[in-house]
Amino acid sequence: MNAPVLVEARGLSVAYGPAAPVLSHVDFTLRPGEIVTIVGPNGSGKSTLLRALLGMVPGSAGSVTRAPGLRVGYVPQKLHLDPNLPLSVARFLRLNRRLSGDEIAHLLSRVGAPGLEDRALATLSGGQLQRVMLARALAGNPQLLVLDEPTQGLDQPGTAAFYRLIEDVRREIGCAVLSVSHDLHVVMSASDRVVCLNGHVCCEGTPSVVSNAPEYRALFGLGTGGALALYQHHHDHGADHPDHPHDHETCDHDH
Amino acid sequence: MITDAFVLRALGAGLLAALATGPLGCFVVWRRMAYFGDATAHAAILGVALALGFNISIFAGTLVTAFAMALLVSALAGRGWAMDTTLGVLAHSALALGLVAASFLQGVRVDLEAFLFGDILTVQASDLIAMALGTAAVTGLMLWRWEALLTATISEDLARSLGLKPEREGLILTLALALVVAVALKVVGALLIGALLVIPPATARVMARTPERMALGAVAVAGLSVVLGLMASLWFDTPAGPSIVAAAAGLFVLSLSLGRVVRT
Repeated sequence: MNAPVLVEARGLSVAYGPAAPVLSHVDFTLRPGEIVTIVGPNGSGKSTLLRALLGMVPGSAGSVTRAPGLRVGYVPQKLHLDPNLPLSVARFLRLNRRLSGDEIAHLLSRVGAPGLEDRALATLSGGQLQRVMLARALAGNPQLLVLDEPTQGLDQPGTAAFYRLIEDVRREIGCAVLSVSHDLHVVMSASDRVVCLNGHVCCEGTPSVVSNAPEYRALFGLGTGGALALYQHHHDHGADHPDHPHDHETCDHDH
Repeated sequence: MITDAFVLRALGAGLLAALATGPLGCFVVWRRMAYFGDATAHAAILGVALALGFNISIFAGTLVTAFAMALLVSALAGRGWAMDTTLGVLAHSALALGLVAASFLQGVRVDLEAFLFGDILTVQASDLIAMALGTAAVTGLMLWRWEALLTATISEDLARSLGLKPEREGLILTLALALVVAVALKVVGALLIGALLVIPPATARVMARTPERMALGAVAVAGLSVVLGLMASLWFDTPAGPSIVAAAAGLFVLSLSLGRVVRT
């Protein structure tokens, strides 16, 4: 991989106030077109890493470099939607951005949510809202799509459909995709590379390398017969992902 | 009677306050800052006492103390203090301290009721000029930062990803709030500024389909409340500030039944 680098962190540490750093000595590189997923338990610094990479929080040590003029499309974890704020989908897409009616219609149909322009944002289902936020992120024709826990609150089929949509988008516009998730299994099947985080980088590599890494197993307790293992078992038979059976081959000995 | 100079000045002051509170009040509602608005407004009484004590303009005194109070609340909230407790402590402490400080003023007869409930019928031309400048500043801030404020309200992370600084937008709202308190003090008084911030936007919400129309609607509702409240005050000899807020409350109740008709 000698492609140019979109975002790179070297020895990055992030601390909020005098408390122990949330992240310490993280090295991270993202190249054009890659799908990289950051996984880790709650409080492991996943979202913090994402924010630091985008320059939304300052690092306390180390460096972050982004490609000059990098176009980022960001999908936030959630929106603060007070029911008293009358906001249509079209107006949301136009926040801080000039878009014509045609462009909005095109964006919405591209994310599989056509005709939602005039709906109030607060009345959308979780899946529709995710698609609308994705449409907003795509409006600037991003080189890098960043998603912070994008499938929170979606059910299993909804999650699978959303990730398939992300893959379609990536194929279409060739952007890199950086996402954060605790939703391990569906994410792993869609990722080129997984970074397992717990305050520092525990392990990193292709999904099969990471799922077999002892650090990853120690962190998530796969293969211990817990609920996660049952969930894994379900996915091993490709129930939701007939198009990605290969990603699960390394997990066969889980059952 | 309606064309008496003092009535026209009162009307002008009320309409200026309506213009200043409408758009900012929408953000108070959307960001759930109602109690924050109260704390800032209550600090105005302390500002009045200090202004009289040090013999400076009451407009400037309230502006400075309201801004200081709003900054203090923001700083404490940023340190992770529970917001409603912090605001409860600060809002009432500011009010109590202001009342105590006013009692220390010697040689100045302070009509506290005028500052607590407003005294719109005694507005002077010089007051009007200060209010017009304050209203122009608030309206300018709102127009200038509207998109950024709206984005930061919906998602701070989304705003940051666009290169905006949500903390700075919050500071701008804080400054606008202090200006509004200084503008509206003479109109409805420190105790009822919070009502003028929240009730008109809540009333406009029923009909509004966009944030912008809700802000304009809030200005219209507040303006109508001022006209109705002033008329009631003149005809029934009721206190003007509370009459204006009562008129706003009446319009709110009307909007609820109207909303039911619109929805069915």
